[in-house]
Amino acid sequence: MSLRPVLQSDTFVVTSEVGPPKGVAMDHVLEEAKLLKPLVHGINVTDIQAAAMRVGSMATCHLIKDLSAEPVLQMVCRDRNRLALQSDLLSAWILGIENVLCLTGDHPTLGDHKGAKPVYDLDSVQLLKVAKGLNEGHDMMGNELEGKPDFCLGAVVTPGGNPVEMQIMKLKKKVEAGAEFIQTQAVYDVNEFAAFMDKVSHIKAPILAGIVLLKSAGMARYMNKNVAGVFVPDELIKRMAAAGEADKAAKAEGKKGDSQVKTSIEIAAELIRGLKPFCRGVHLMPLGWGHHVPKVLEAAGL
Amino acid sequence: MTISEPKPLEEILGMLQGQDKVFLVGCSDCATVVQVGGEDQLKEMAGKLAESGKTVTGMLIAEPGCHLLGLRKEFRAHRQEIDSADAMLIMSCGTGAQTAAQATDKPVHAATNTLFLGCVERFGQFREYCSACGNCTLEQTGYICSVTRCSKGLQNGPCGGTTPEGKCEVNPETDCGWLLIYNKLKEQGTLESLEPYAEPKEAFVHPGQRTLSREGKEE
Repeated sequence: MSLRPVLQSDTFVVTSEVGPPKGVAMDHVLEEAKLLKPLVHGINVTDIQAAAMRVGSMATCHLIKDLSAEPVLQMVCRDRNRLALQSDLLSAWILGIENVLCLTGDHPTLGDHKGAKPVYDLDSVQLLKVAKGLNEGHDMMGNELEGKPDFCLGAVVTPGGNPVEMQIMKLKKKVEAGAEFIQTQAVYDVNEFAAFMDKVSHIKAPILAGIVLLKSAGMARYMNKNVAGVFVPDELIKRMAAAGEADKAAKAEGKKGDSQVKTSIEIAAELIRGLKPFCRGVHLMPLGWGHHVPKVLEAAGL
Repeated sequence: MTISEPKPLEEILGMLQGQDKVFLVGCSDCATVVQVGGEDQLKEMAGKLAESGKTVTGMLIAEPGCHLLGLRKEFRAHRQEIDSADAMLIMSCGTGAQTAAQATDKPVHAATNTLFLGCVERFGQFREYCSACGNCTLEQTGYICSVTRCSKGLQNGPCGGTTPEGKCEVNPETDCGWLLIYNKLKEQGTLESLEPYAEPKEAFVHPGQRTLSREGKEE
């Protein structure tokens, strides 16, 4: 079932994310999709995430659709001009893909082909508007389409952006351009998120709060230093650090510790429970820890 | 101003293989200010070429190097020195090198890599402001170009990559162009000029080489 009716219902929406592999071994990502299928309303498939070359989002979404799960095609503006973006959108539709998340895309210099020519022929607001135009039966030049798609379009926002007003200004444009749902960058502070939601009360599209599973204290510190708009509070870092110490001690005794996994699941579930009153759903970004998502959702009472 | 930097000497010598007599061409405008093709740099190059066993048959600082008819005239005035050379080394910019190639039958080699159109901030310091996109929207963005100053050239606002320090996640040395735009407009009380949807720019209205003819146009 397309994401749209779920978004329009009172259901608390849950989406998760998988990343295609570098190489053609698809078993891992498809196993993850099978596991997620009964638990989530949509599975995002990243589009050459972090500008590191890999299998494409469209082909992966198609395979996920074959599993009768509901894929959300992520489409970035980095690699394709307006011809390819529109053509790929039409191609995605004929492959059964009904949901598209439109993003700017990480710059090539952050990835593994640093000399790649960045395209950004359209920006994310323009891509949304163009995709909505396809839904209405015309390309961006106004030429009529023979048969039209009916995509459920999504966009992203960084609640921790600085200044957040600049993010909100663009978010408003995204919704006006055609975004029907919003997934946010990782959130770790319920109070700050609640304040953000207050500021976007004029935005009518449902907002799904982003949840990135913390794998270690090091990862949290790395994100604080290197990922713009993401801030993991000290208290959470301390909990992950203590769990890391416990795992280290277990390892010294020849055992495989699971404290970090447990703590990570606990933190994610607490966040979801805390965020739930303020948003229409959550979007999980497990970053390879997809197999832990069922436990997160169970612990969160979803 | 066209901002260029010198190519490494080894690369230049590689291009000049088998061409021992060289005529040097600098430029009185950008290349002089940017210090890649002024009098000092030409003299320095002549010295290095001599050390490498080359003969410099002569040199000329074109006024400027991107003026085709002017350059032909200047080349005629240096005919003997140019005729006796195996090749010309152009120490200005990419436009200068190609203008020279149009103005002479001699083989030409570019001694620089051309980087961007820039402003001279102070002596020896240059900064890019305009990408010559052919579709100026500065009026909406507080005279801070979103095509040039945003690493992704975004037109409807920032991506999520503005760091807490206000820098661009692509390069911690670079200010977030959209933050500069936002702050400027906020200061001016004209933030609403960012609210309308910005249409995609027409990137390919000039396929291939761009030209402009002002003949018959009223000033």
